[in-house]
Amino acid sequence: MAVTTNQMRKFLNDPANLVRESLAGLAAAHPDLVRYDAAAQIIVRKDAPVRDKVALISGGGSGHEPLHGGFVGLGMLDAACPGEVFTSPVPAQMLAATKAVDAGAGVVHIVKNYTGDVLNFKLAAEDAADEGIKVTSVVIDDDVAVQDSLYTAGRRGVGATVLAEKIAGAAAESGADLARVTDTVKRVNERSRSFGVALSSCVPPAAGKAIFELPEGQIELGIGIHGEPGRRRAALGTAGEVVDVMVEAVLSDLKATKGAKVLAFVNGMGGTPLLELYLIYGEVEKRLRAAGLEPVRNLVGSYITSLEMAGASLTVLELDEELTKFWDAPVHTPALRWGV
Amino acid sequence: MDAATISSWMREIDVAVRAERDHLVQLDAAIGDGDHGTNMTRGFEAVVRALDADAGLPPGKLLMLAGRTLVSTVGGASGPLWGSALRNGGRVLGDQPTFDGRQLVEVLAAALAAVKDLGTAAPGDKTMVDSLEPAVETLRARLEAGSSLDRAMADAAAAAEAGMRATIPMQARKGRASYLGERSVGHQDPGATSTVLIVRALQKAVGQGS
Repeated sequence: MAVTTNQMRKFLNDPANLVRESLAGLAAAHPDLVRYDAAAQIIVRKDAPVRDKVALISGGGSGHEPLHGGFVGLGMLDAACPGEVFTSPVPAQMLAATKAVDAGAGVVHIVKNYTGDVLNFKLAAEDAADEGIKVTSVVIDDDVAVQDSLYTAGRRGVGATVLAEKIAGAAAESGADLARVTDTVKRVNERSRSFGVALSSCVPPAAGKAIFELPEGQIELGIGIHGEPGRRRAALGTAGEVVDVMVEAVLSDLKATKGAKVLAFVNGMGGTPLLELYLIYGEVEKRLRAAGLEPVRNLVGSYITSLEMAGASLTVLELDEELTKFWDAPVHTPALRWGV
Repeated sequence: MDAATISSWMREIDVAVRAERDHLVQLDAAIGDGDHGTNMTRGFEAVVRALDADAGLPPGKLLMLAGRTLVSTVGGASGPLWGSALRNGGRVLGDQPTFDGRQLVEVLAAALAAVKDLGTAAPGDKTMVDSLEPAVETLRARLEAGSSLDRAMADAAAAAEAGMRATIPMQARKGRASYLGERSVGHQDPGATSTVLIVRALQKAVGQGS
């Protein structure tokens, strides 16, 4: 199949094999951490199933790397199920992943709130239950840009997914039981809010061109992670002005307690340089302090992306002592590593 | 009608979605993430392969096989939705080797019920239901009024098309398009569009049998 590279500035062979070849490369780069089961189409922690530990799996469309395959390893996910680019994985993948990681203590499914993900994970959880595996599912829906109502598909699962995978992963590693690990995921979700903005769309390989065109000098506000347009378009101002919008959107919905300790996660959508992400973080931190919050932890980088979209998202998590402890706990995955 | 009708239907869908792949991708790019055409093409290619491998099944079992195949290959929301639709529809026919127009209505009604149950969409939400429900209701009404099956299917397909066009001014309340709020208005829903292809394919398959 010929690659038309006019609009697709991409490195790939046959576009149909992009995801598989990338996964094989991930596993080749981190053979000590993960293995790629090409038949089942899953990335699994090398030492799975880990004895007596509650296991965590997640998954979703590809195109958001390092989410989720890059987060498989000690202290985070036990397995990841990658679908085609921007397309939910199928139930067979989640069933295979569940079986590969279950050590008898149960498995938590972390599910981002998109109709496809929710439906496919639902079918998989039913299959797993049929096979006698204890599975719990938690839906992540931290995006404030979409109103959660009868008139929408509900809030999207975005930045809090990364935080939940890390924090609940540590909870599981500490020996917590299924109920407590599940509750930890829920707590991270409930205490997090996110808002994203974009300076460009992205080019999914199957589409061959950008999902939408954004004229220069304009910014999309309230974006998701699939390259779709946001809630509205506005004139692009300074970074300070953009961050004003992001922080206001997040904090007005989060309603954190005055003086609360928070984790501020400035995430790159894939096409924005770290130079700009750190600038954004500085602006974010100023405003969080001005709002009476204490940013005691942070994460800055491209961790839940939308291919090459230029943009950034902010996630603020209101911490408590336990969540902070789990955030600080050791993690060793392709994309996050500390304490080990 | 019999297993050959179902097999024909699935093959006609495969041809249609492949021909309209880019159009579906384009519709989905406007209010989604541009993967609908690719997903449906992948799914129905797999369905045709599965049907080739399992040729001796009765019509109901063929539908269930098609449904399972869609669930395991399409991904996204369309996989579970169309997968459950065809499985539920297939169950209506059990093991019987032939079926008539009246039973076809029940198959489609069961398919629609599965979609509405799993996806929780109602008419007006700007989804595949906006094409599928008018098609099922029209087919039922025309047959009950004494129309020939061919005539009734033609009217059902026309109703599906009208439903698809009716999604244009709707604001999406389900799926990825709902994240766009008012910006989803003015765009035709890709799911409703592929549903029209599926209903027209059924019209062709039913017509070939008579």
